[in-house]
Amino acid sequence: MAGKTLYDKLWEMHEVKRRDDGSSLIYIDRHILHEVTSPQAFEGLRLAGRQPWRVDANIATPDHNVPTTKKERDGGIEAIADDVSRIQVQTLDDNCEEYGILQFKMNDVRQGIVHVIGPEQGATLPGMTVVCGDSHTSTHGAFGALAHGIGTSEVEHVLATQCLVAKKMKNMQVRVEGQIPEGVTAKDIVLAIIGKIGTAGGNGHAVEFAGSAIRELSMEGRMTLCNMSIEAGARVGMVAVDQKTIDYVQGRPYAPKGADWEAAVAAWKDLVSDEDAHFDTVVEMRAEDIIPQVSWGTSPEMVLPVNANVPDPAKESDPVKRDSITRALKYMGLQANQAITDIKLDRIFIGSCTNSRIEDLRAAAAVAKGRKVADNVIQALVVPGSGLVKAQAEEEGLDKIFIDAGFEWREPGCSMCLAMNPDKLGSGEHCASTSNRNFEGRQGNGGRTHLVSPAMAAAAAVKGHFVDVRELMNEGA
Amino acid sequence: MKAFTQHQGLVAPLDRANVDTDQIIPKQFLKSIKRTGFGANLFDEWRYLDEGQPDQDNSKRPLNTEFVLNQPRYQGASVLLAQENFGCGSSREHAPWALDEYGFRAIIAPSFADIFYNNSFKNGLLPIVLSADEVNELFVQTEANEGYALTIDLEAQTVTRPDGVQYAFEVDAFRKHCLLNGLDDIGLTLQDAELIREFEAGYKKANPWLFNAL
Repeated sequence: MAGKTLYDKLWEMHEVKRRDDGSSLIYIDRHILHEVTSPQAFEGLRLAGRQPWRVDANIATPDHNVPTTKKERDGGIEAIADDVSRIQVQTLDDNCEEYGILQFKMNDVRQGIVHVIGPEQGATLPGMTVVCGDSHTSTHGAFGALAHGIGTSEVEHVLATQCLVAKKMKNMQVRVEGQIPEGVTAKDIVLAIIGKIGTAGGNGHAVEFAGSAIRELSMEGRMTLCNMSIEAGARVGMVAVDQKTIDYVQGRPYAPKGADWEAAVAAWKDLVSDEDAHFDTVVEMRAEDIIPQVSWGTSPEMVLPVNANVPDPAKESDPVKRDSITRALKYMGLQANQAITDIKLDRIFIGSCTNSRIEDLRAAAAVAKGRKVADNVIQALVVPGSGLVKAQAEEEGLDKIFIDAGFEWREPGCSMCLAMNPDKLGSGEHCASTSNRNFEGRQGNGGRTHLVSPAMAAAAAVKGHFVDVRELMNEGA
Repeated sequence: MKAFTQHQGLVAPLDRANVDTDQIIPKQFLKSIKRTGFGANLFDEWRYLDEGQPDQDNSKRPLNTEFVLNQPRYQGASVLLAQENFGCGSSREHAPWALDEYGFRAIIAPSFADIFYNNSFKNGLLPIVLSADEVNELFVQTEANEGYALTIDLEAQTVTRPDGVQYAFEVDAFRKHCLLNGLDDIGLTLQDAELIREFEAGYKKANPWLFNAL
């Protein structure tokens, strides 16, 4: 019999019951809540007269629509100018208060984007099932955890039962071997993967990222990678546990301590796929072939190396695809065959659950240092992923580098990734963004998003158009 | 949850691949703390010519008359015909809430994004996967025949055309059972509360560090 994949192991560990109809009850270890997808779940709980099954499995923080300017933040919830946003943040406060759920409130230094704070606090651990009413929950899979996004009905289901009803998915391995070239990051790797397999490529699968290039990535790089598995269609992305995982977790506030730690580490060593494990689908790539990526269209699969030209619909034979390219070019205001490096930028966004951790900010700052944001760029935002990331960056002087270069240094939150707060694109504006989705209107009605790595976003900021970041690295500051 | 057994309804064709949840219901409408009120903002950016805001009188907004759902012949549609990977993007359940409130009871496409597919069943909305050829045939039929309606039978797992041609579709047994009977998932799971407690006790013994209080 073939061995087990990491996903098989995690599934079996958490399977409470296999029901006659082919579904299973899966036990949930960690449930993360935020203000947008939880209010209706708490309301449902109240209407049914139910209580949370295990309060201490839950952790909450507001992130999606908190303001990111210091002025608006300093006034607390009452000072949130947008009425509906204020009510939503207040409602999360009220619900956490009522049910006794731990919350890092808006101005707590531990507040931040749900997918940044879980790992940062050690609230995300290897071997856990982690769910949250947000599709980028796949991020936590970087720890050898089974993590995925859920809808609001399931948020209520997890609160009430500590379980989810699920059917096992298929196993997919994405193997990236070889040496990662200088200037190429986890973001470029995952964009290249999405470009290769498409936004539906991982549908119905749990994806494990493997291979020497993946092992080479830091934990933060692995989080970036797993974060965007959903853009490849896979709800679940994961990386097997190794020494890097264990070193990252050790000493975090909610990580196990003492004898608990020793026992946990011993158990975590098994969180790898067996050598003879069977994967239903295998995708292979070479790291050496990857060039810094830029998305040109309105779906994350519409992505190309920075030295490429925008596609020409006339060369596409599939009518649905041709239509998609034509529509995307029109929305993005681009000409067929135009060079990506000729795309001019109006705004820059460095942040989001994909790329707002300390290493991301360091990479962007290294490019911005001693340079200036180009005149044609109206605004360049840096939004740290959490209060603690912000504090760390300030300790390292990164805030000064950004401010000197003409960037705005903001308070933590989701910000311009989805523009639920006041940070948004104007209609027709092009943005080099380190976020994860370039859908029409995602960053503001009529806004045009180009997905890139933090270093590439910083390079675009100082040049005013896309450029291969390696050219700047070579010329020095 | 409302049950779904059989449904006959007018078909509206949305001929685009990878329709994402930001298109189905844009982010500014997610600030609501209610489950209702999303129908008027379904496909907001395609449906209206201006930028929509929450709590606005949508009946006074300029319509994009070219958008398929604004065409007179598709008024009252309750079956949405779509292309591959419908519902990709975020986990927002506001997407099926908006589709449901607009009046859709079923969506037919060659494939759906996983989270959207899952969320739909929780809201009495039936996502049906047919082959790309079958879907393309339905696009041709719908566009050629005004008033084109399909009959969907969940029990039999069939979609029947007005000319009698029938397509079979697959659906997981547990999803079918819940939808046919309009069952509350949570109530069903809580029938196994004892089993969950037993599992939890054994699991806690083996992995005590997972139960440290936050």
